[in-house]
Amino acid sequence: MKKCYLGIDVGSVSTNVVVMDTEENILEKLYIRTQGKPIQALKQGLQMVKERLGQDVEVIGVGTTGSGRQLASVMVGADVVKNEITAHGIAALHCVPDVKTIIEIGGQDSKIILLRDGIIYDFAMNTVCAAGTGSFLDRQAERLDIPIEEFGELALKSKTTVRIAGRCAVFAESDMIHKQQLGHNQEDIINGLCQALARNYLNNLGKGKDIKSPVIFQGGVAANVGIRKAFEEMIGCEIVVPPHANVMGAIGACLLAKDEVKRTGQTNFFGFDIADSSFYVNSFECESCANMCEVVGFHRDAQLVARWGDKCGRWSNILTPQKEQLA
Amino acid sequence: MKISFPHMGNVYIALKAVFEDLGVTVIPPPKSSKRTLELGTRHSPEQICIPFKITLGNYMESINQGADTLFMWGGCDACRISYYHMLQEEILKELGYDIEMICGEPFKSFGEIINFLQKLKRVAGDNHYGKIGASFVKAVKILNEIDDLDELFCKVRPREIESGETDSLYRAFEEGIKQIHGSSKTLQWVQEIKNKLESISVDPHRRVIKVGIVGEIYTVVEPFINLNIIQKLGNMGVEVHRSVMASEFIREQLDFLPFVRSEKEEVHRAAAPYIDLEIGGHARHTVGNAVRYHEENYDGVIHLLPFTCMPEIVAQSILRSVEEEKDIPILKLVLDEMTGETGYQTRLEAFIELLWRRREKTHEEVLSWN
Repeated sequence: MKKCYLGIDVGSVSTNVVVMDTEENILEKLYIRTQGKPIQALKQGLQMVKERLGQDVEVIGVGTTGSGRQLASVMVGADVVKNEITAHGIAALHCVPDVKTIIEIGGQDSKIILLRDGIIYDFAMNTVCAAGTGSFLDRQAERLDIPIEEFGELALKSKTTVRIAGRCAVFAESDMIHKQQLGHNQEDIINGLCQALARNYLNNLGKGKDIKSPVIFQGGVAANVGIRKAFEEMIGCEIVVPPHANVMGAIGACLLAKDEVKRTGQTNFFGFDIADSSFYVNSFECESCANMCEVVGFHRDAQLVARWGDKCGRWSNILTPQKEQLA
Repeated sequence: MKISFPHMGNVYIALKAVFEDLGVTVIPPPKSSKRTLELGTRHSPEQICIPFKITLGNYMESINQGADTLFMWGGCDACRISYYHMLQEEILKELGYDIEMICGEPFKSFGEIINFLQKLKRVAGDNHYGKIGASFVKAVKILNEIDDLDELFCKVRPREIESGETDSLYRAFEEGIKQIHGSSKTLQWVQEIKNKLESISVDPHRRVIKVGIVGEIYTVVEPFINLNIIQKLGNMGVEVHRSVMASEFIREQLDFLPFVRSEKEEVHRAAAPYIDLEIGGHARHTVGNAVRYHEENYDGVIHLLPFTCMPEIVAQSILRSVEEEKDIPILKLVLDEMTGETGYQTRLEAFIELLWRRREKTHEEVLSWN
């Protein structure tokens, strides 16, 4: 029976699952659109992984990351729950051991992570604006009626650059519409968008940061060759896009799980059968104090298994769910 | 007359006690909540900062509970907050509330203190000036005591042996305040809690990360706005220190008096190589205190600012040089009306983890030199 680790990254736009063997080879990877239903997406993901792997596989460790990491952890019984910045850093170090800069652009978040001598040394994450993230590109691709997969290729065909404001998603969109109405080429506009996104990223997250080579570009948006080219032009060095760029968070979660299980010697994994369980969430506003916390109750097969969202612990302590592990 | 005031961390405790001493009926606003935010946002200008929205919401909730006189502080140097009370008064009157707004101006000279006491006299008509003056002194004392208590909480929380003990004592502290009236009872209660806090069993040898908080005062001291960052960090094993607090803010105003000492000059000295003038708000303090945290060997600094806050935006661009020259990590958190905490949690966790790794790294280097 083959032993392997499971890494789960529940993000705002995609839910990714990676299966890794003990030699750190990737056996399976899945990229599923979350579409606002993380529970459904994860169930579907587990079902697919289960079918693809067949019978002779034993999961000996599970890690979760991404904005839905807590939820995923309660669903599958994770050994380690880790923030996505660390997970991305670990995965990048695994691919390129001397990596110094990570550009990560996902659905809702974009981050820059600087590494020195194999540790995360500095990072920044977009704060108040979603301009320059995957969702924004998705929306523009949809508006132009171009599949997102072809978006980057089209940008490469552009001969002249059309400048598009990159400061804010709303400004960028109206600027783009105005340029379209002037009759500019579609390729040129798409190229302008790619450049606007890269410019916005470097001005916002990259400001004051010492971007040193090797630079890795990962996250869903890394598949976009137009943006990669824009970054290469602006930074002035080659940018590496790792082979599994869109599931790096999940790879990081696998590696973290491997470390954790080595320490504890056992896994908390509930098994793939949970894909057949029914999950149900209810939420209510607690009226015990002025905080009015939105408390979430999580049920598996009609049984309450976890609660969270309360500040005081009145509800969550009843069940004492696994505490998120730190540092 | 029923008086109320907006929330700003624990300042309400001092204001409540002192107005009660003066025999005025006090209606403290309900603790800031989503409802406060909802009310405040609905009636505020769209581009205004979050402190405006929350304080407006506080007023509306207090008025609904019967308050008719509102006390607000303003005029703190050149930030927008100096005219918030006028704008808020206009908004409340337009909404049909019949209220009186009393604004506390800064008191950087005897003249200004007298001016302030005269305003208090309008509220506490039956009391003579001696009593009002004494109450003012008491208010400052309570503020100092409470900020000291809060600082002690920050030291105990990351070292507690039984997790959650510190937080439940804090809840007991807040519950108790609701039941008691007047300054002497309040001071007694603070002392009682302090004794209990000191008897919580802690692990004095536990390794903790030390983080200093700088930024705009309202976002630093109001837990509802900063998503309870002090408590969150404490429970992650971090000892937190806040550089701007209500008591220090007042000490800095009163330090022309011979017996009041503030850290103002220290802060200005530390900030001088980067910013050597007052540009409003707390910008100079933000920079100066970040430098001081570096001097005191803190592991990192967190900069809190409300979205659209001009002085802090200036400070933020200066902090990049501080971060680089002093080699101290600084995490910036912009706060507005978001109540989804996941994003902040992620940033905080990653930041603390980074601080641990950096500390281990320097530790290794020190060892290898020997």
